[in-house]
Amino acid sequence: MRYAMIIDTKKCVGCSDCVVACQNENRVPIGYCRDWVIENAKGTFPNVSIELRSERCNHCENSPCVRCCPTGASHYENGGLVMVDRSKCIGCGACVQSCPYNARYSHPDGFVDKCSFCNHRLKEGKNPSCVSVCPTSCMYFGDLDDSESQVSQLLKNRGWKVLAPEVGTKPQVYYLI
Amino acid sequence: MNEEILISGRMNPHIDPTLGIWGWEIPLYLFLGGLAAGILFFAALYSLLGKEKELPTAVRKATFLVPIILMVGLGALFLDLKNKLYFWQLYTTIRIESPMSWGAWILMLITPLSMAWCLSYWRDLIPNWTWQLKFLEWVEVFVQKYRKTFAWTMIISSVILGIYTGILLSAFNARPLWNTSILGPLFLVSGLSTGAATIMWLSKEKLERSLFSKIDLLLIGIEVFFIIHLFMGFMASNAAQIEAAQLFLGGAYTLPFWGGVVLLGLVIPAILEVMELRGKHIPVALPAILILIGGLVFRFIIVDAGQISQYFY
Repeated sequence: MRYAMIIDTKKCVGCSDCVVACQNENRVPIGYCRDWVIENAKGTFPNVSIELRSERCNHCENSPCVRCCPTGASHYENGGLVMVDRSKCIGCGACVQSCPYNARYSHPDGFVDKCSFCNHRLKEGKNPSCVSVCPTSCMYFGDLDDSESQVSQLLKNRGWKVLAPEVGTKPQVYYLI
Repeated sequence: MNEEILISGRMNPHIDPTLGIWGWEIPLYLFLGGLAAGILFFAALYSLLGKEKELPTAVRKATFLVPIILMVGLGALFLDLKNKLYFWQLYTTIRIESPMSWGAWILMLITPLSMAWCLSYWRDLIPNWTWQLKFLEWVEVFVQKYRKTFAWTMIISSVILGIYTGILLSAFNARPLWNTSILGPLFLVSGLSTGAATIMWLSKEKLERSLFSKIDLLLIGIEVFFIIHLFMGFMASNAAQIEAAQLFLGGAYTLPFWGGVVLLGLVIPAILEVMELRGKHIPVALPAILILIGGLVFRFIIVDAGQISQYFY
């Protein structure tokens, strides 16, 4: 089992529903977020293009946060999820420094927090809350080890990218381009 | 003109717009850790070389500062933790891959070691002292008996402590400015240099002063070489590291770094020490203070600038 999230940048409209759904589902403190929308405009006028991306923890296969954590609070779980054990986290900030995506933040209660791919929902057989609320259905979630799964098929048939692959983290959030 | 505009909906405190999760605590600790490592290294080295009589400040006097320096450093580290009451979780596991875990354990070793070293010379400070606790007297005798073993342990652990303060940063591949293996040796040499400066400042013996002045000159030379090496490496690296180096080559940290650290903290004290060695009368405190401040500012700048440097995607 290897969980992956796929986001279709051609279908995303940047409404930020995924952000609100996550804040609600995971009781993210006010003023913080576990996922966010990036609007990336580039080109030379009048030939400009825009890309919209819903970003979050990439649940990297080679996670620098897991490597740098001094207590083992950041760890891998079933399906390659990168999780934080709140009872072991001392809030030293090493994982925050180690993340090239700046996907982690220091929770006001002291521990470090980030996207969990809604692990509690996965256990009930549901999709992460961001995926399930997306009004344009531009987000997909599934198992890459299963070659018949929707996510595997999408990566087979569409062009895609991951963020900052040059850092060597092997991110598991894919963007269709 | 080809332009790229990035608009982010994220505004997490201490993360955006630029990362600032580490404030003054970490750079202060990195400085104090390096300083303690420097003093202990020279104490152990000259104890092993049998120079206890000729170099009393290096082997004995200066080491009395180390437990205090380490306590303040540990205090700063503790303040940096957001989940302070969970700090003991550091000592429930040893994680070889995590430099911070290494650091926590080496501090656990070197702090009591430095205290025991001081205890063994306590009667130098107060000659007619009698211990109220039998245990302390036992420690005193024990260290005196196994001085060589203690010195070797101290030399090795002080080098690990000194080099780890740099490796802690260089292990973060997400921060291009830190992600260079020269940072470990650079921080070690800088720490040894601040240690040598402290010994030189405290010493009353002419021979000891001039010896540590020469050692310091050598270390400053190596440090300058490493700094040049650091930037050569950046300029020959990828876009992210070239951009990180620009922070120091025209960017916001240009003047603080080249003026505050390299000129005031390395070049001027080196010139002062050469003048002193040539017989000019220069108050010894002056180069020593400049080196210490330079070392402190160096760590603040590297920690600050490193958090700004990042990969763009």
